[in-house]
Amino acid sequence: MTTIDSNPDVVGDSAIGRVLAANVDWLTSSDHKKIGRLFIGAGLLAMLGTVVVNLLIAFERIDGATAALDSDSWTQLVGSQRIGLIFGIALPLTAGLAIAVTPLQLGARALAFPRLAASGLYLWLGGFVLSVFSLVNNGGFGGGDANMVDLFLASLGLMALGFTAVGVSLVTSVLTTRAPGMTMRRVPFFAFSSFVYGLGLVLVMPVLFGAAIYLFVDHRSGAREAFSGNQGIATWIGWMFTQPTSFLFAIPALGVFAELLPTSFRKRTPMRGIVFAGLGLVGVSALAAVTQQARFDVPWRGSQLFIADGEDFGSKLGDVAPWALFHLLPIVGAGVLFLMMLFLAKPSKDESGTTIKPNITGGFVFALFGFMMVLVGMHGSAIEPITDLELAGTVFGEASLVYVTYGAALGILGGIAHWAPKLWGGTLDIKKLAPLALLGVLGTVLASFPHYIAGFLNQPGGLVYSDSDLAIWNILVLVGHGLVLLTVLAFVGLLAQMAFSSSEDGVDDPFDGHTIEWATTSPAPAGNFIDVPTVGSAEPLLDLKTANDSGSAS
Amino acid sequence: MESLPAGAAPAPRNQIVVGATLGAVAMTMLTGAMLAIWAVKRSATIEAGQNWLPSGVTIPEVPTNVMLIAFPALCSFAQWAVWSSKRDDKANTVFALGSTAFVALLIVNAQAFVYTQMNVGVSDGEYGSMFFAITGTFLALMVVGLLFTAVAAFRYLAGRTLDRQILIAHAIFWYAMTAVYTALWYLVYVTK
Repeated sequence: MTTIDSNPDVVGDSAIGRVLAANVDWLTSSDHKKIGRLFIGAGLLAMLGTVVVNLLIAFERIDGATAALDSDSWTQLVGSQRIGLIFGIALPLTAGLAIAVTPLQLGARALAFPRLAASGLYLWLGGFVLSVFSLVNNGGFGGGDANMVDLFLASLGLMALGFTAVGVSLVTSVLTTRAPGMTMRRVPFFAFSSFVYGLGLVLVMPVLFGAAIYLFVDHRSGAREAFSGNQGIATWIGWMFTQPTSFLFAIPALGVFAELLPTSFRKRTPMRGIVFAGLGLVGVSALAAVTQQARFDVPWRGSQLFIADGEDFGSKLGDVAPWALFHLLPIVGAGVLFLMMLFLAKPSKDESGTTIKPNITGGFVFALFGFMMVLVGMHGSAIEPITDLELAGTVFGEASLVYVTYGAALGILGGIAHWAPKLWGGTLDIKKLAPLALLGVLGTVLASFPHYIAGFLNQPGGLVYSDSDLAIWNILVLVGHGLVLLTVLAFVGLLAQMAFSSSEDGVDDPFDGHTIEWATTSPAPAGNFIDVPTVGSAEPLLDLKTANDSGSAS
Repeated sequence: MESLPAGAAPAPRNQIVVGATLGAVAMTMLTGAMLAIWAVKRSATIEAGQNWLPSGVTIPEVPTNVMLIAFPALCSFAQWAVWSSKRDDKANTVFALGSTAFVALLIVNAQAFVYTQMNVGVSDGEYGSMFFAITGTFLALMVVGLLFTAVAAFRYLAGRTLDRQILIAHAIFWYAMTAVYTALWYLVYVTK
């Protein structure tokens, strides 16, 4: 033992010492499974807080004629909602699952640059706590306290740096740590979605950081001319908190769905390249963020291809192209996954003539509902920019964002349930998970769809509205957020019950998996695999099972 | 549990080089985004019939041009370190890294000189705050590069002479910085 090693006898002297040692081990760990679970745990807590903020907003909106909150508080509340939906729910949950699972799927012993990923976790956590603190103290978008506005901008910078670090770590992992024989075409779908997501983070987060630097210097120096001080924050970085940028943060949730399709329907995925292309098309949304525009409005004039007298086809195409690129291509990408589901769900028989029965798990139910919600959100975001519908400035845009972020969260909860044996060593019961998934999807629909209707009825995005008939839609939204809160609380309860359960019921391959992570023990050991496995196809474990079955039959 | 056959230990796949390339991409996106906002603001001001460069402010062209010329030299020194380390030439590698750090320090000094000559403050309106934001970011990246050079040199001096990936990553960083400064020089110092 060297002089800098801790003495296990001293650490083990007392219960407090053991607890402290365990905590330090977790907080300073370079094990990707621990970093990922810390991300997920903190993300679930942030999600609970964000849903509570959404409940407050929905409660305020029940009576559109009067408001309990003043306009300043309302601004901070809406700011908290936007920060919470993107930096509290979508980003930490997706990053956490990607960090925890991707190296296992790649057959790697570790994540590339694990300490960089851990730095990303702490930069995000520090930034998120500071952003909440500044919002509570009249900072944030349009905040009245100058120091708190500066703090808010600095916290955004910290979070942007943190997620850039996460992106570099994920992409490098996929490019450099794959098991022998695992070509890029053999990479599992979830790991590929992590790759697209990581690349998107590397492209988008520095853009946010650059804009935040300008805003911070302009505001802090007192000049406040270039970006209109606190009022300019929403103008210059609002693109981060709306569609289509938010699609990028839902990609790992779509990856979970794509990953669980072949396992659930007990078939190999044909034409894997098309699924890769689908996930990549959703990644096109990253380019929308790079353009730093919050809106890609398109004049429709009744029917799009209608060109009135004097209108130039070139200028019309110029209006349509960015909208089609950033709003329609991601829908095409997600549509590919939907078609693949229909194809795999088609009843078929195996070589012995027996009908193949699907193996529907709780994780798949969550992932399916999450995917559907994201898809509905994508359609809403494609409709909103059509100027003739006059949806801009209404609650329609907020509903679309809630669809995408809650949908992404449901998908990630599905992934957590699916890979729980590898991360915690236990399995979540489908009898409890399936009703919970139903509750979650019902909550998401109620929290969003009524605002699609209210948007068409011209309910403004603010707090007050004049038409008392709109109250019913806002009551439904309140109920929806309440159901989502219940879903998350119950899921956290189930997860905690399993994680702290003393029984070691971990089954190594409970879902009859196809990919490499199911070849190791549950929970996965430090270093993930005792021996680095060799991969000969995209479904190496399925190949092995088929070969063993053929061998035993003969 | 099904058991897959164990494979040979995977060959090294240039993890640090890939990471540095992604870091360079992130750096390029950061400065690219800032330059894009600069161009939008400049264009809007000029279209409004006003001057973008405030009256009384002159850009010292000699130090800004010298900085541009210094960057290819910086890249040459960084690449020289890679070249000599592949030939196990310790003396040349250390000398090349020292030269890289020296030229980087000269560029930092030149940027500081530009600040003293320009007669503009950070709170002097739109131009002042944006100028200091973008050039301050550039300076911060230069400091990161200097630290990178120091780390690469200390690792090499400490005996990790076969660990050449970090030297390649170091060279990639300076190539990216050259691209960053070239764009900044053209937009901020030439088009004014």
